Amino acid sequence: MGVIGEAIQWLTDPVNWAGDGGIPHRMLEHMEISGLTVLAAALIAIPAGLAIGHSGRGRFLVVSLSNVGRAIPSFAILALALPITIKLGLGLGFWPTFFALFALAVPPILTNTYVGVAEVDRDLVEAARGMGMADGQILRRLELRLAAPVIMVGLRTAAVEVVATATLAALVAWGGLGRFIIDGFAVRDDARILGGAILVAVLAIATELVLGGVERLARPRTVSVRA
Amino acid sequence: MILAQADEPLVEPEWVMRNLDRIGERLVEHAYLTVLAVGIGLAICIPLGILAYRHRRIYPPVTWLAGFLYTIPSLALFAFLTAYTGLTTLTAEIGLVSYTLLILIRNVVAGLDSVPLDTKESARAMGYTDRQLLLKVELPLALPVILAGVRVATVTTIGLVTVTSLIGKGGLGFFILQGMRRFFNTPIVVGAVLSVLLAVSADLALLGLQKAATPWARNRARTA
Repeated sequence: MGVIGEAIQWLTDPVNWAGDGGIPHRMLEHMEISGLTVLAAALIAIPAGLAIGHSGRGRFLVVSLSNVGRAIPSFAILALALPITIKLGLGLGFWPTFFALFALAVPPILTNTYVGVAEVDRDLVEAARGMGMADGQILRRLELRLAAPVIMVGLRTAAVEVVATATLAALVAWGGLGRFIIDGFAVRDDARILGGAILVAVLAIATELVLGGVERLARPRTVSVRA
Repeated sequence: MILAQADEPLVEPEWVMRNLDRIGERLVEHAYLTVLAVGIGLAICIPLGILAYRHRRIYPPVTWLAGFLYTIPSLALFAFLTAYTGLTTLTAEIGLVSYTLLILIRNVVAGLDSVPLDTKESARAMGYTDRQLLLKVELPLALPVILAGVRVATVTTIGLVTVTSLIGKGGLGFFILQGMRRFFNTPIVVGAVLSVLLAVSADLALLGLQKAATPWARNRARTA
């Protein structure tokens, strides 16, 4: 078993489950910052994506943002957020992590919302208009509902990326599960590194599975949609 | 230390001038780690993709496995591997290659799927064998979609290489980590900006290759 055995021993040692540095607290910190950033990103990116998809204006912005977003390494975003938050007087820890993860989460949500709305059959929109629906009604009752599954894919992509990248937040003095890995590296404690790695992987996969389930629920029942 | 940074300029040109040699070395290392990872990824995914295209039953488990690897956070995977392969290029490459698999395999299969049935039937009617069909019809026609996958995989890998700085590799990520540890902006900005530039130029170069290699598909290339 070797290292894996040691990691399992580390994971099951009650000492590692207690206090502020314990597994439950680190797990909560990890989920807290991930949840907050995805929520904040969704609050900005979904309305923006709906507006762009509905009006067709600003398409260029979405395309370039998602391309550039993919090219910027998340590690670099986090590192770059550090001098900025320090300049703003927000310090280490929460804020540089928040900004970095936010920047990471916006492009997939925005792109998917835009694509979801833009892909809604134009005939349906025409029909709705013919029935006397106003723009706001078309957006809420037709486009948003038909785009929901695609928006959910964007949210899931963003959430999994954020959970994965929040691990790096330990480098800027935020807690979370990355602490075990980064601190484990610092003192060459393989059991702790591996234990931390297993916890992060489990959390990321759980996020993927749970949001995948929500996504299936979000699919409209009476219509078939290309996802 | 933190207070001193408040008035620090974002980039100190002197530092850049003094370290030009090291920046060049790290840039080359970054490109090398990326090319190696995408190359190995392709060497795995082209045969595997062809196999999955022909024997459809193996496609779901293959993508499931690749998707599982893709979901594991990069730092966790590198951390996990160091317990076995240490702080080596091998560790970095196992991790980097793992992340290219999902994108590449999907695009190889999607590319082969995009070959029109009529075209394949015409080739058959002209007496093409399985092997000729694959090499002369299916693969060339799948090339735009495969190269679209190579572009995404390359850009993603360039980003991930920066993370390998934590296991003592990292190319330009070395400067980012160094800057973070010393609260010194210049190396962070240099490392981040150069890795973005590397990603953008690699993407454009591959786009050029994609267009040159598939003159018939200029309006059809998909970024699946």
